[in-house]
Amino acid sequence: MQKNMLLMMVSVVMIATTITSCDKDDDKMTTYYQTMDQMARPAINTVFVSAAEKDVFNTTTPSMQGGMFGTKFKTKLLALNAGYTTNLLGLNADQFTGVLATDVLNVSTTAPTTFYDGTNVLTGRALSDDVIDVELILIFGGPNAMANPGLTSDHVDMNDKPFLSAFPYLAAPF
Amino acid sequence: MKRKQIFLSLAATGLITGGLLFAADHIDSPAVTNQTTDITDVYVFRGQDPNNLVFVANTQGLLMGSAATSAARFDENTLIEFNIDNNNDNVEDLVIQGIYANGKMKIYGPVKPAETGTRSRLQGNSTAEVAVTAYGAASPTITTTTSGLKVFAGPRDDPFFFDLTQFKKIIAGQATSFNNPGTDAFAGTNVLSLVVEVPKSMLGASSGKLNVWLETKKKS
Repeated sequence: MQKNMLLMMVSVVMIATTITSCDKDDDKMTTYYQTMDQMARPAINTVFVSAAEKDVFNTTTPSMQGGMFGTKFKTKLLALNAGYTTNLLGLNADQFTGVLATDVLNVSTTAPTTFYDGTNVLTGRALSDDVIDVELILIFGGPNAMANPGLTSDHVDMNDKPFLSAFPYLAAPF
Repeated sequence: MKRKQIFLSLAATGLITGGLLFAADHIDSPAVTNQTTDITDVYVFRGQDPNNLVFVANTQGLLMGSAATSAARFDENTLIEFNIDNNNDNVEDLVIQGIYANGKMKIYGPVKPAETGTRSRLQGNSTAEVAVTAYGAASPTITTTTSGLKVFAGPRDDPFFFDLTQFKKIIAGQATSFNNPGTDAFAGTNVLSLVVEVPKSMLGASSGKLNVWLETKKKS
């Protein structure tokens, strides 16, 4: 009888201990991860954000980026191209930099994927898209893409290795 | 050591000519330069099956040659996270997370995250995992799940192409135009890729539009 009582007490203590330590374990086991780098459209941070603010831009959530960086993007655009009026998409400096400062990749779930193919605009980013030429045209090319012809293409039009037609699509490493 | 080697090879190939090296997003953020959290590129495109979207996260860029590429590793403290906004408010409604452990990349999602913004934790149960393909493997290791996810993780050729060297000269005022033909500064370099293919039906895209961005997050 006494032995049983003792066993019960020990059990109760053990259960209590187990529950307590479980709680502690749960707290300890919740591992959090904090943003270090971020990107969506290629070369946006690199071209439009000052060296001192690159880390800040990369840890600012997209919903906050437009407010924090829109004006600075416009200043940078006009420094790159003092003659900027509108671009091929018909966007003036405020509109264009407003779009760029919120660094998200627009993706269509219905249209074919392309950064820009003359018809579809920013419906995603495919491996073969010449995104640098598109960005150069939008920054330097003016309303009809004819301005600053020396600055609207880097004349590198494709990757050095062909992409695969099937998953995982990217070419094998060198 | 690895960092020093990368810088030496960059200097040897003339990519570092003073100032910061930058490209799509390669080494553009001082806080993550030459770390496992350094993003080089993100791609989202329609898959071979047009009912699917493919999400590509490339990290740890400018891996030159076999030594640097075979030495590169995914990091168990680095979370790779695709953020997907499906109602156009630029706040993530879904995440697809990848975390490395014991030679495998585990995928979580697509799933609604418990909290949005710069802090994350692994969300729900893992939905797929794949053995990381080793450098030099004859073919990529691919996992296909019954729910339709496909996953690959491992070294790949850097798909980005750009005459970075001439661009830098233009920005620095040392040149006024690009060369024709240009020179791809990323030819012959590799990255560590995470590729996840997802049925569009899992992405809540009733409007037909998504906003996507990639984040790397460090265990805190």
